[in-house]
Amino acid sequence: MAFRVLIVDDSKLARMAVGRTLATLRPDWERIEATNADEALALARQGSFDMALLDFNMPGRDGLDLAADLRSMAPAMPVAVISANLQIEIVNRARSVGAEFLPKPLTKDAMEAFISQAEQRLGTGRQ
Amino acid sequence: VTDARAPDLSELELDALTELVNIGVSRAAASLREMVGEQVLLSVPSVNLVSREHALSLLGGGAPERLVAVHQVFEGDLTGRALLIFPETRSLELVRAVTGGDLPIEDIIELEQEALAETGNVILNSCLATIANMLERSLKMSLPEILRGRGPEFFDIDPPPEAGDVVMFLYIDFLIQQRDIRGYIALLMDLPSLTNLKDLLGLFIARTAGEIETARDGPS
Repeated sequence: MAFRVLIVDDSKLARMAVGRTLATLRPDWERIEATNADEALALARQGSFDMALLDFNMPGRDGLDLAADLRSMAPAMPVAVISANLQIEIVNRARSVGAEFLPKPLTKDAMEAFISQAEQRLGTGRQ
Repeated sequence: VTDARAPDLSELELDALTELVNIGVSRAAASLREMVGEQVLLSVPSVNLVSREHALSLLGGGAPERLVAVHQVFEGDLTGRALLIFPETRSLELVRAVTGGDLPIEDIIELEQEALAETGNVILNSCLATIANMLERSLKMSLPEILRGRGPEFFDIDPPPEAGDVVMFLYIDFLIQQRDIRGYIALLMDLPSLTNLKDLLGLFIARTAGEIETARDGPS
């Protein structure tokens, strides 16, 4: 089934890259983009998303803070934080808020692994 | 200040460059974190085309404190210099952090040059190698050199002299909170490199975010 996916990154190119990978893997899914945490939260308050793909290093609040907020609004929502900053503290923080950590640049395989798992979780949740 | 000879980078090209620097420095921060054993915090990178004069002021020209920099020249399709800069007063603390913290002060002082050069080499190479790989080009890096002084002095060194009055200035702050070590990474490129960079960024954008592939049947 088709899902609504929130993509948040301050870089337009990074949003395009994530959007392109997602469109290649799941062409019928709806992609909604935001450029920062505040914009993403405003969108999330207007309508629900099935999953979220977030950049870590953004002006204002970072992707981990945003992940925590989104998960508190929708505790079952699969969330991934994407970063080249592989410091253990950041990976652990992602896990502690219930988000997956995906290395940047994002590969098709890493994206597929995340969305397959997310589909399973969402499928289970709807039964 | 603008220069008629400076190629205009489009909004998307600047965005792509900032993203490349972000990825490069994020990897470098992870390398530094392994060396110091503590989390390294990063700011959001900033990329500007600025006048030589403005670059001088950004390099700490107005700050009274003395700075130490690890400096490396890179050459290839892009030519310029990379600098890891922090206040000279924190230099020994950085050496203490990367050497494990158990050494007596005499040994730390003795190791300072070597440890700074090695730390800078790991960080700057990690950053530039990531950028070069993503642009599918190779860059030749010089050996690291330690510079001490105030910002502008770091800029008046050879080689290579930056051609023209406009340089590209990229910088990002880093902070090792528990040790109160803060500094920044700066990359400077000259005009001929900017022309090449514009072409390389165009290719990178096409590879990264080009037309969305249509779904294919069967395994891809």
